[in-house]
Amino acid sequence: MEQLRCENLTLGYENGAILKNLSFSVKEGDYLAIVGENGSGKSTLMKTVLGLMKPLAGKIERGEGLNRWDIGYLPQQTIVQRDFPASVWEVVLSGTLSGEKFHPFYTRSDRKTASENIEKMGLEALKNRSYRELSGGQQQRVLLARALCATRKIILLDEPVTGLDPKVTLEMYELIQSLNKEGVTIIMISHDVTAAVRYANKILHIGGHVFFGSVKEYLASAEGKLFTAKEARK
Amino acid sequence: MTDAFLKLGQYLAFPFVQYALIVGVLIALCSSLLGVTLVLKRFSFIGDGLSHVAFGAMSVAAVVGLTNEMFIVMPVTIVCAVLLLRTGQHAKMKGDASVALISVFALAFGYLLMNLFPTSSNVSADVCGTLFGSTSVLTLTAAEVWVSVGLSVVTVTVFAVFYNRIFAVTFDENFAKATGIRTELYNLIIAVVIAVVIVLAMNLVGSLLISALIIFPALSAMRVFKSFLSVTICSAILSVGTALLGLLASIMFGTPVGPTIVVAQAALFLIFWIVGLVHGGVKQ
Ligand SMILES: Nc1ncnc2c1ncn2[C@@H]1O[C@H](COP(=O)(O)OP(=O)(O)OP(=O)(O)O)[C@@H](O)[C@H]1O
Ligand SMILES: [Mg+2]
Repeated sequence: MEQLRCENLTLGYENGAILKNLSFSVKEGDYLAIVGENGSGKSTLMKTVLGLMKPLAGKIERGEGLNRWDIGYLPQQTIVQRDFPASVWEVVLSGTLSGEKFHPFYTRSDRKTASENIEKMGLEALKNRSYRELSGGQQQRVLLARALCATRKIILLDEPVTGLDPKVTLEMYELIQSLNKEGVTIIMISHDVTAAVRYANKILHIGGHVFFGSVKEYLASAEGKLFTAKEARK
Repeated sequence: MTDAFLKLGQYLAFPFVQYALIVGVLIALCSSLLGVTLVLKRFSFIGDGLSHVAFGAMSVAAVVGLTNEMFIVMPVTIVCAVLLLRTGQHAKMKGDASVALISVFALAFGYLLMNLFPTSSNVSADVCGTLFGSTSVLTLTAAEVWVSVGLSVVTVTVFAVFYNRIFAVTFDENFAKATGIRTELYNLIIAVVIAVVIVLAMNLVGSLLISALIIFPALSAMRVFKSFLSVTICSAILSVGTALLGLLASIMFGTPVGPTIVVAQAALFLIFWIVGLVHGGVKQ
């Protein structure tokens, strides 16, 4: 079932378009990797899909049964200030709030969801710690747990492994893969084409020439060939 | 010293002293609840800015000859608060810069108007009152106290009901927006509430004290506590405690109310800062 379809999107800010004529779609259970150079507009695309900004042209359609708040999100850099007082528990729990219904306070099921996701991300020991005192990898896991509280349907990750060491990077990828196996649709922005090719089933390459298709098609395409040639030289 | 306490006991029997204590505590409570969010959103000086805006609006009202100046002061202040807080993350100009800009302009404009069209004999006393609070906290009528009580109840209720959303919007506005939380609405609510609190507080305690009530308790609590809830509770307690102490001290020793409270808060901040250093130092 198609969850998301973008047609002829033109993306950009007041000062002009960055990307034109972008079309792609995501099905339930897909793992889509978005690759492209710095500044090619990946984060802009993600913000547009999330509804944080409007496309200059074209349209984004959500599949049936997918509401605006059914999208979870792991930002590229969270601009959380260094001195922000918030416990891991408070951050994860805040993911259960959504535009769906208004409860002034957290319900029992909200707390249960948060507990489950904290456990799933292996954060039990850090539950009462202050978010600002965690390492980069731990913070990413907290934010992933928060995204999982928001939805079990589709999660957008903007460069989730930036700044993580190789071991933690691998753990993060495995974690994302296991979520995907559980049926969560993943859309991940990455500079790591090797990982994209290994874990994803679809690739969207933006900037310069736009490519959208399966991993197999990507490896056969011009951009993919460039990549495989580089790999072979290693 | 015993004399002072005896004197205090006598004073406490006066209704105007009781009124001052009630209103002072309520203003301290309301401004400290929003203080944490405002400090984190880098709007520490919004108390200063908005009360200067209110002062500007008041001088316009005085010059125009309005009998009830609140009709002009309240809407103007609310509009300014909304505009300032709305600019938020997308702004070309940082929040603190635009607050400073508006603050200085409104103060200058108001003072200029009052000089050009003098309505009272002592203009500089009026300006001084804006900054440090007039003595009006000690000349409250029962009706004014009831208005303060009503508005405080509304403020605390709004804060409690929207507490979780206010946290989400303050912590990560983009995430909140992406999950369908109406971030504009909550920013609007924060802006309106803070404008109301400031207009309420300005006459009584002056903009110096409003800023102190917003900044000091939040910063002190953040030195020691690490979760949003504990910081909020701690800053509310600190704010109410210092307001109460400061009011009593100023009644006992005849010192000006605002500066007494600010000095008490600065002392507390120092203590919390040291505790935070020691505490954090031990943990690492
Ligand atoms: N708020 C903004 N206003 C105007 N232009 C912007 C804004 N944010 C980004 N841009 C521009 O849009 C282009 C795409 O930016 P974007 O952040 O989407 O790139 P990206 O592909 O995510 O890059 P990276 O790999 O570095 O994260 C860049 O040229 C950038 O300068
Ligand atoms: Mg980016």
